[in-house]
Amino acid sequence: MANRAFEVARLPGFRTIALTAFVLLYLPIITLVIYSFNAGQSVAVWEGFSLDWYAKAWENEAVKGATYRSLIIAATASAIATTVATMAALGTTRRKAFKGQTAIYVMINQPLMVPEIVTAVALLIFFASIKVATGYTGLWYLIIAHAAFCVPFAYLPIRARLEGMDLTLETAAGDLYASHWQTFRYVTLPLMLPGIIAGAMLAFVISLDDVVITEFVKSGGQDTLPTYMLGQMRRAITPEVNAISTVLLALTVALLTAFFLLTRKNDK
Amino acid sequence: MTTIPTAVEAKSIVKAFGQGAVAIKALDNVSIEIKQGEFFTLLGPSGCGKTTLLRLIAGFDTPTSGKILLNGDDITHLPPNKRPVNTVFQSYALFPHLTVAENIGFGLQMQGRPKAEVTESVARMLALVQLEPMANRKTSQLSGGQQQRVALARALAPTPKVLLLDEPLSALDLKLRKEMQIELKRLQQETGITFVFVTHDQEEALTMSDRIAVMSAGHVQQIGTPRDIYTRPANRFVASFIGETNFLSGQSDGTSVTLANGARLPMSAPQGRVNLTIRPEQLRVVPLGTEGAMPAHVASTVYFGTDTHLHLHLEGGIDIVARQQSPAQGGEAMKEGTPVGVLFAEGALLALED
Repeated sequence: MANRAFEVARLPGFRTIALTAFVLLYLPIITLVIYSFNAGQSVAVWEGFSLDWYAKAWENEAVKGATYRSLIIAATASAIATTVATMAALGTTRRKAFKGQTAIYVMINQPLMVPEIVTAVALLIFFASIKVATGYTGLWYLIIAHAAFCVPFAYLPIRARLEGMDLTLETAAGDLYASHWQTFRYVTLPLMLPGIIAGAMLAFVISLDDVVITEFVKSGGQDTLPTYMLGQMRRAITPEVNAISTVLLALTVALLTAFFLLTRKNDK
Repeated sequence: MTTIPTAVEAKSIVKAFGQGAVAIKALDNVSIEIKQGEFFTLLGPSGCGKTTLLRLIAGFDTPTSGKILLNGDDITHLPPNKRPVNTVFQSYALFPHLTVAENIGFGLQMQGRPKAEVTESVARMLALVQLEPMANRKTSQLSGGQQQRVALARALAPTPKVLLLDEPLSALDLKLRKEMQIELKRLQQETGITFVFVTHDQEEALTMSDRIAVMSAGHVQQIGTPRDIYTRPANRFVASFIGETNFLSGQSDGTSVTLANGARLPMSAPQGRVNLTIRPEQLRVVPLGTEGAMPAHVASTVYFGTDTHLHLHLEGGIDIVARQQSPAQGGEAMKEGTPVGVLFAEGALLALED
């Protein structure tokens, strides 16, 4: 490693470029966080420190409703997506390469490649006809839509975990009197659990963050936090949006940190 | 011998991989009987079918045809978790998410044994393999030799009728391997469990086994005690695979054979051309002119520490290797080109089937 012929870090201007990239990435976010503590009405002029906007957002019934909806959808959808992804990962790994394997990978990961707006329009039209036929207008449309595009995010870490698993361990469990179910319960599942948790958390964050598909699929009064904030932007922008964003950011960072710690532990 | 009951019997086992014309027979009509309490070794080069046979006994594969019997019961189609047979895997296959004690207790727990019995059994196994202080460690925190002992304890804990060992020592360095060989033999004697041991290491097989089955290309070449196999190899493959040996050819008249250098040696062998073998340590290098000795000269010498190999040229184009104890300190190795005489130890020259 020490004598690699090509080292990016040694190119001239490397530090400047890297620093610029980081500033561009994080400066806007830092600004957003700072102005969430602004005492005044503006998101651009600093008028002193206060937690008023957090209190305001906390008392806002619309924010409360959107938060509640966001959490319900994210929790349910990520649970469904993780279950599906776990089964898909079990079915597609730990076996000899089979015909159509790549095709199946592509199909499972399709939501990563199809433009989100296309999926959104398709779901809108598809669910519209179901709404007409059944009259049901509840949250399940959003939950199913979210579950569908969360599957690949849950699938990838689970598959990575399973691919690194030694199949001899399951043979050994069978040799030691474990039935198929016991082998799964006491060997396979505990070993793939870090992957499952990582996948579930990733799916949760992705669902929590979604705007495009939610905006298209939601019925009236079904705003989630991101779509509520988008709606607010159209009117007057107050630091309340900053406050909500900061909370979302904190939650996401917490989950992604946990994800990172879990996947890092896997490597040992 | 005949009163000891059979533990494992393989009857006319054929195992083919692939279908039709491209099928490869990993085992071709193999029959083996393993006695209870025996340390039985399947020995052969890689690809000879020894691991395949072990997997059939464990139940990880089913034979294409033939039967596997355990204590007389047909277990050919029983799944591995229904067979009172445990395996020590080449890679150990220890459960990384469990502690040493949990690994050892796994089999008993899956059998639904009471907790007290599991705890007691695990403690006994930990003592047996001398790993008591490690009970609550994760297996990744152990050295290779310790992991090996956990694998052994885990497989022995449910007191199987037969313990299968798939090249368990191949990942260890030489010194540890020698220690584990002794340890394995001790465990086998203490537990009285039948061991079926797979290895490609002929020295390991000779030192540990009660009996050895030498395998090659899906066939059993010879079954016998280490002494039998070494001193009376059934064919050329066994003679060359176990230890080092010299091959000669001769002409037999029924009561004596004539070698290419004209020497006539009394031995009974079928008339006509015969293949002969003699171990290097059965050759005696003596001063030229000793009575009955065949004239030769030293082509080269190779020093091995305790032994020295003398490569000898005999008349008639015979090349042969003699093993001698190395001379004591200060002794001089024989120079190349030195004329000597060679004697064959009585009864050491063997005729081989082809």
